[in-house]
Amino acid sequence: MRVVAAMSGGVDSAVAAARAVDAGHDVTGIHLALSRNPASYRSGARGCCTIEDANDARRAADVIGIPFYVWDLSERFHADVVVDFMDTYAAGQTPNPCLRCNEKIKFAAVLDKALGLGFDAVATGHYAQLRTDPDGLIEMHRAVDAGKDQSYVLGVLDQEQLRHSLFPLGDTPKEQVRREAAERGLLVADKPDSHDICFVADGDNAGWLREKLGDAAPNHGGDIVDASTGEVLGQHQGTYAYTIGQRKGLRIGRPAADGKPRFVLDIEPVSGTVTVGPRALLTVDRITADRPRWCGAVPEALTGTVQLRAHGEEHRAQVQVVGDIVEIALLDPAQGIAPGQAAVIYDGTRVVGSATITGTDRSVALTGTAPDSAADSAQGAR
Amino acid sequence: MTYLDHAATTPMIPAAVEALTAHLGVTGNASSLHAAGRRARRVVEESRESIAAALNCRPSEVVFTSGGTEADNLAVKGCFWARRDADPRRVRVLACAIEHHAVLDPVQWLADHEGAEVEWLPVDGRGRLDLAALAASIDRDPDSVALITVMWANNEVGTCQPISDVVALAAAHQIPVHTDAVQAVGAAPVDFAASGVDALTLTGHKLGGPIGIGALVARRELGITPQLHGGGQERDVRSGTLDVPAIAAFAVAVETAVKERPEYADRVAALRDDLVTRVQQVVPDAALNGVPLGEPGRLPGNAHLSFPGCEGDSLLMLLDAQGIECSTGSACSAGVPQPSHVLLALGTDEVAARSSLRFSLGHTSTAADVDALVAAIGGCVERARAATSRSS
Repeated sequence: MRVVAAMSGGVDSAVAAARAVDAGHDVTGIHLALSRNPASYRSGARGCCTIEDANDARRAADVIGIPFYVWDLSERFHADVVVDFMDTYAAGQTPNPCLRCNEKIKFAAVLDKALGLGFDAVATGHYAQLRTDPDGLIEMHRAVDAGKDQSYVLGVLDQEQLRHSLFPLGDTPKEQVRREAAERGLLVADKPDSHDICFVADGDNAGWLREKLGDAAPNHGGDIVDASTGEVLGQHQGTYAYTIGQRKGLRIGRPAADGKPRFVLDIEPVSGTVTVGPRALLTVDRITADRPRWCGAVPEALTGTVQLRAHGEEHRAQVQVVGDIVEIALLDPAQGIAPGQAAVIYDGTRVVGSATITGTDRSVALTGTAPDSAADSAQGAR
Repeated sequence: MTYLDHAATTPMIPAAVEALTAHLGVTGNASSLHAAGRRARRVVEESRESIAAALNCRPSEVVFTSGGTEADNLAVKGCFWARRDADPRRVRVLACAIEHHAVLDPVQWLADHEGAEVEWLPVDGRGRLDLAALAASIDRDPDSVALITVMWANNEVGTCQPISDVVALAAAHQIPVHTDAVQAVGAAPVDFAASGVDALTLTGHKLGGPIGIGALVARRELGITPQLHGGGQERDVRSGTLDVPAIAAFAVAVETAVKERPEYADRVAALRDDLVTRVQQVVPDAALNGVPLGEPGRLPGNAHLSFPGCEGDSLLMLLDAQGIECSTGSACSAGVPQPSHVLLALGTDEVAARSSLRFSLGHTSTAADVDALVAAIGGCVERARAATSRSS
């Protein structure tokens, strides 16, 4: 096959490109330029999006012996990922831009361009496994390295996208990939993994959003309210700085009456109210999600597991699909589930699909255990 | 391999390789007083004299540098500082909008850090300087102009500038003129004394010499504030131990390029005309940017074409895969393609600017190179258009 290897400048995508060559493919390395003004992104090599990273990717391509180009995806990235990131925060929710980038950029804009140019597939350094089922459908499964598994951020890929994807690292533990990089003479072998959001230059999400959102409503201050008493406990500078389940940085002067820590339970972007309360009120067992993306056939109902945040744990769940709405009943309740994040649905190790969480709730069984029913209104599904 | 990127760098001529290698094994610092030093100094001075003869300047006007970028920086900053020191009113820099980044960026740096007031002089749709705009800019306050800098010929679209007209406008007010002639020497008739410019940049690797050596030709009367301080080489304007082998090879290349220029220009322009005509036969809506064929004022080796519906970087990649090497002609910091400031200044819209490729011919180009491009371009354009329509 003719394969485009997306090379971030990091160790994983470099080894993935090398393995694609070893597999006999005709490989061309590309680095995605995601900012029109690279200086505005991270300085220092951090895994993606810097001049140093582009140079690291170019050097890795040299070592592997493949041609290398930079593709400018900055406009699409801004429109589909950065704006979505801002809009989601502005709506009081918590986005996952990596997921959106995979859905809209790496396996859409890049893939489309590659197919147009005569390539057959895009290879990346994601940790996930692809298998072909007896009917010829492509299945995506979790990586063998559970600690590195990235099937969650790939849960947005549909069958057509999977059909043109290669994940050469899914069967290999990360440490082995690092060793392999060193053996192959790839100088990025010791480069640290990227973790933060690539387009937030200094890792300060709140500061970045404060600047970008300007006069938008979520940038206005508001009250921090106690879920149990309705008492105003303090003020905040903007709802975007909060996410459901957050404990640190609440800046509430007084401790709770019971002396236990308080957590963000709800964010109301229009009024700017951030509701806080005890950990018990974070517990939910009902999730509603929309914008479903299915890796294969659309399931009507299934009992499987869901993952509700990157590197989060699995929860056993019953999933019902009605049109574009996905109702998830958790058999293992979860805490601190933030609307805007993706619920990725698994059947064993196989990714069934994903949807964007719009609201959470507690069933009667859970409500009965909650110390104060007044919190329900604050935790209601949106 | 079909190399159509001579404007980026052109192969060294065999005589220059010979001169370079002949001197690499010889010890000698041209500043030393002993026999080895004198031997090295002699090579440097003979090289200086031969370059001076080729460009019609005095040997003492040739200041060796590490290349075009350094020479441009030296001219722009050195001249600005010297002129402003002599008269604090002189803070204006008048620069052509389509200068190479080696001029563009130091000029902008002066504006950002040294209080320079920069006026970017517009060009017409062919890339030719708007002389009326220059005249108006000067006349607004002639005494406040520190420097005028206008390139001899543009590196992207190949348009030659009316340098003698620029000099005439500047001379009325004793304003110094610098010209970046990196693309012009060996391709267009460049005569330093006759042109009347005060400073002129050239570099080795665009005319068959080595990379890493160039020169600023500057009138002795022109004050230039040095930027590299040290041993006082190059009449104290540019310190640093002289690279004797590179200078010897540079001189051979300049001498040869200037001597062979008339035949070279005729031969390469004919190849270029053939290239443009035949590419347009295969891709009828491909448009030549800059000066039309058959009219004067275009570098002989330059063919700069827009391919509607294509992204230049896609086209470059597809041609590269077929062994054909060209350029998008755009600035590539971090390899991120920005739309060319040159094409935007010519009035090209951003989409068309991104659809452009520069094919540049040189002394090793042959009809077979043109044939290879003509054979490949149709399929590549078709593919690139498919990629654009799929991903938009």
